[in-house]
Amino acid sequence: MRKFLFQGLLRGPLTERAQAPDETLLAELGGSLAQASRRRLGRSLSIRQVDAGSCNGCELEIHALNNAFYDLERFGLRFVASPRHADVLLVTGPVTKNMREALERTYAATPDPKWVVAVGDCAFDGGVFADSYACAGAVSKVVPVDLHIRGCPPDPEALLKGLLALVSA
Amino acid sequence: MMSLRETMRSGREARHSKPWPRRVIDQTGWLRAIREISKGQGDLLSLWSDGAEVHMAILDHESSEIGLVSIECPDGRFPSVSHLHPPAMRLERALQDIYGIAAKGLPDRRPWLDHGRWGVRRPGGNSEASEHFGDAYEFLPAEGAPLHQIPVGPVHAGIIEPGHFRFSANGELVVRLEERLGYVHKGIEQLMVGAPLDRAARLAGRVSGDSTVAYSLAFAQAVESALGVEVPQRAIWLRALMAELERLANHFGDIGAICNDASFSLMHAHCGIMRERLLRAANVCFGHRLMMDKIVPGGVAVDLTGEGYIALLALLRHANKLVPNFVRLYGDTTSLQDRTVGAGILRAELARQYACGGFIGRASGRAFDARRLPGYAPYSDLPFELGASTEGDVDARVWVRFDEIRASLPLIEQILDRLPDGEIRTEIPRPNETREGAALVEGFRGDIFVWVRLDATGAIDRCYLRDPSWFQWPLLEAAIEGNIVADFPLCNKSFNCSYSGQDL
Repeated sequence: MRKFLFQGLLRGPLTERAQAPDETLLAELGGSLAQASRRRLGRSLSIRQVDAGSCNGCELEIHALNNAFYDLERFGLRFVASPRHADVLLVTGPVTKNMREALERTYAATPDPKWVVAVGDCAFDGGVFADSYACAGAVSKVVPVDLHIRGCPPDPEALLKGLLALVSA
Repeated sequence: MMSLRETMRSGREARHSKPWPRRVIDQTGWLRAIREISKGQGDLLSLWSDGAEVHMAILDHESSEIGLVSIECPDGRFPSVSHLHPPAMRLERALQDIYGIAAKGLPDRRPWLDHGRWGVRRPGGNSEASEHFGDAYEFLPAEGAPLHQIPVGPVHAGIIEPGHFRFSANGELVVRLEERLGYVHKGIEQLMVGAPLDRAARLAGRVSGDSTVAYSLAFAQAVESALGVEVPQRAIWLRALMAELERLANHFGDIGAICNDASFSLMHAHCGIMRERLLRAANVCFGHRLMMDKIVPGGVAVDLTGEGYIALLALLRHANKLVPNFVRLYGDTTSLQDRTVGAGILRAELARQYACGGFIGRASGRAFDARRLPGYAPYSDLPFELGASTEGDVDARVWVRFDEIRASLPLIEQILDRLPDGEIRTEIPRPNETREGAALVEGFRGDIFVWVRLDATGAIDRCYLRDPSWFQWPLLEAAIEGNIVADFPLCNKSFNCSYSGQDL
């Protein structure tokens, strides 16, 4: 292990330069982020991820945000274990009816001010699962959504652009 | 007394079922088949329904043959499989929820997927509207003075899928774990009904996102079998290339995550880098990091270009250099071994009884791999080592995954060396009659079973997709018994069952 750690000292970092936040996403955010709350929270945001019925593809790419290439935490964005610690809910999936109440309760447990980011095509409009007896559909039908990041699944770059838009709006 | 094989060949043959015959048998034959399976003469590969009949896919051990048997249930009842063979329990509970078909003698009659929130009962059968406020659910009791319960989920403390775990603990020791799943049930089976082929393929690729390649492959193979489609050689090899890349990506990601759950973040960081490099190479090759929708009925959607070829060679060079380091790092770190050795032991009898697939089964002495049996192209031409252990603990599952990584890397090399030229996709003909097909494909998690019935226009009449997790989730309950609560995340990650795949 010592050798492994030592090699780490000699190599340059893998972490890549940040992308510019996505202009269209910035526009979507519009007034949803009041200046006052920005000042209160600073740039640092705690994110709670909620899988409300995804196929787990989105989760894989959200996970990737933590790897050395993207290193989400350097932007003051980090994943937390409880909605009570969170400023942002990152919601995936076509909100299954079996998860609807759990999502509502997670939203209620998140202290104000808070934002909801819907990740993936399913979270946007139900995706391929829209019209199922078992799905409520878009996340926005269940909780108010501030930002959509589209894709099936959105790659980490798209996720990063979206989240950076959130902190710089 | 008829053997299992003879039973599987009795009854009336259903028409156009490929590659395995499907036979409609009577109640006596059905009961005989169940008895033989419960005695260990064969594996139950799946149990499903089309609303009119209940079907079983069976692997007979003596002949190594797969067969499908069906029983008609005009009065909505059939003899329960699980009353003799418990692995069918959750499948039968799900049948009851979706189709209203009752398994006579089912030991556990509680609903499984239906949480009373759909606003409809029996969505696949004679459905009726209902309330959607949620049903009460009674967990199995664990009695005794010092016991306490710990409810966990459905929303978990991490970036993972939802499910509920109910622990009964005596101090730190888990006395009973009961899982309650179904939270991400999306009704895929019913969405499939009447779907045109391209939409159905997209649905199949989204049953469990981490296995999207394996699901697309299994679905495509089932359709191609039903229609007798000959897939171009180059497509077959490209499919295997994608399947091995997916296997590697998941094994790297999960080994890192397991070590992370044992507080060894160094491995997590390195595995995360390896996984990211791999997904980027996949993106260069096929235009999607998870290779979603790239395997389609009739072939593959994109060809491998020179650029992709070079990206893969670079990836292989990198992986071949680093994997021995990972192996050494894992094997030499005693604080890590301290957590993984002896934790979450799955006994070999259970793995065998449940026909538990993938690395979980192989780490508990069940040497099964769908690439070998029933086997499919191009693996018959591609020799590879099968990981194996009999220890059955978290450590064994990690080692089997390392074995699989060390097997997949040379497989990819061979595929790149021997990749045939030519077409990558062929036309899917219109059947003009009802056809059925099935497939068993080895995903990273284990064998995925897909059964499909196409109508005369070539659209889906019925499609059932059985995730390997159906036979792995129940075993996690057994493996965790006697471990401490704090080791549950570690044990759970070492299984890494799919929520979405089993909830369907």
